[in-house]
Amino acid sequence: MRTRVFLLLLIAVAIVVFFATRWVNNDYVFFAGYTVLQFVVLSTAWNILGGYTGYVNFGSAAFFALGAYATVFLHKLYPLPIPLLIVVGGAVSGIVGLGMGYLTLRLRGAFFAIATLALAVVLQTLIVNWDYVGGSRGAYIIRPNEIALIGPYIQYLFLVMLALVVIALTVARGIERSRLGYGFATIRDDELAAEASGVPTLRLKLIATTLSGALMGMAGAPFPYYIGYLQPSSAFGLEYAVNSIAMPMIGGTTSWVGPLIGAILLGSLQQIATVTISSAVNLLIVGLLLVAFVIIAPNGIVGLVQGWIRRTK
Amino acid sequence: MAGALLEVTGLSKRFGGFVALDGIDLSVAAGERVGLIGPNGSGKSTLVNCICGTLVNETGSVRFDGETVDGLLTHERTRRGMARSFQLPRPFTTLTVADNLRVPLLYTVNARPGRALSPTELDARCAELLQLVALADKRTHLPRDLTQVEMRKLELARAMAAEPKLLIADESMAGLSQSEVDDIVSLLIRLNERGITIILIEHIMRAVMKFSQRLIVLVSGKKIADGLPDAVIRDPEVERAYLGQ
Repeated sequence: MRTRVFLLLLIAVAIVVFFATRWVNNDYVFFAGYTVLQFVVLSTAWNILGGYTGYVNFGSAAFFALGAYATVFLHKLYPLPIPLLIVVGGAVSGIVGLGMGYLTLRLRGAFFAIATLALAVVLQTLIVNWDYVGGSRGAYIIRPNEIALIGPYIQYLFLVMLALVVIALTVARGIERSRLGYGFATIRDDELAAEASGVPTLRLKLIATTLSGALMGMAGAPFPYYIGYLQPSSAFGLEYAVNSIAMPMIGGTTSWVGPLIGAILLGSLQQIATVTISSAVNLLIVGLLLVAFVIIAPNGIVGLVQGWIRRTK
Repeated sequence: MAGALLEVTGLSKRFGGFVALDGIDLSVAAGERVGLIGPNGSGKSTLVNCICGTLVNETGSVRFDGETVDGLLTHERTRRGMARSFQLPRPFTTLTVADNLRVPLLYTVNARPGRALSPTELDARCAELLQLVALADKRTHLPRDLTQVEMRKLELARAMAAEPKLLIADESMAGLSQSEVDDIVSLLIRLNERGITIILIEHIMRAVMKFSQRLIVLVSGKKIADGLPDAVIRDPEVERAYLGQ
């Protein structure tokens, strides 16, 4: 019931954001905003596995790229509306997430992280050598200029990503408040004790990898329409893997608010830096901020605020 | 033994070339208080791990409550009514003391057939368990704020939250002072009086003798004695194992 209230509230905020952006009446704001929103979805998705269960995934880019390439594949086969493509992209990445979970969840800590990195490399190699989706040449997606009811296509993409943010945040918050959330936390804390308390750890970990993967794939599905030309090196780019780890870490990994704050803060900062300084500064900013936060506030901004509240009480 | 709650037959476990457990047979009747002792490295914790499914035994089988549990995962055995506490407390460090107890309630009690507990019933059950182990005022604290003895109590309370038929307490008193040991022993006896069968693994003989109705002795992975506590500790073989010849 309270989840429903939260969902309605989020939808209201999303509508306000959309019309506020429209009011600014500048296409660039939509372009930049899309990227920021995309990172909100990605970091929320990463946090479901990385923050709640404590399994660090370095392969976020692979799940994102799978969603994007599912779109390219279908675009060549039979063009579908974007909401359907998102469902397909989510399903593909979710299934790969499930498979990855099954293969790698016996590994812990750094070993799991390395395995996810390896998965990303394997998938990128597959895509580079798959001619139908463009191979290493990349693939062009020609998007329409306008769409009915909304107008410019970029506004439509922005709206779609806004909807994904609403879905991702609702899922994340729903998990936190449910039995699943407690189960995930016990996996993060002590798997042996979790099993002894009746928690089916393997099943929960598979749920986490599937959900996390699916949301990343959903974030990736509209990407080819946004960028217009998709090549493996951009879809599997380092910035996706690094950002989806750094944003939750900087925001705070224990609640859905953390990735949201981290992504908005870091995402906007990167967009501003791209315009004012240069696009190469992006990852440098992320790296510096990550180092600073690991030292000063290991529990992120949310942890910092929580600590401050506890002290003043 | 007919009507035994736990029945272990011919259980063996090896780690590489090292035989940790060698053909263990034992049975525990419902409602019994059994002490399990043995020198360091005799295989007590390995036995617990095999009974609870944390480790997989190569041979032998474990029957619990009339059914074989071989091949079941730990959480499945917990749901059937087998609970354990760990030798070194393993609390869920990021959850509050009350939420530590909520986990087995949600995942064990509510996972069993029958009506699930409502949120208010869950809160009440947590409060009741905390009352039982005298941790009620630490409800909202994190485990790191607890003292050693409180940590042990939390460990026992968490095992109890799963509403077990059998509780295996693995060295739940190591490193505690005398009065704290007495505290835990009387807690365990109180739990037993509520109808829970308990296996106590312990080095502190005073606690073991006070608690146990029956004593089982493990030495180098073999069971060398099983009987009334007073008779067992006078057994020459047991004396030899503990004191040397």
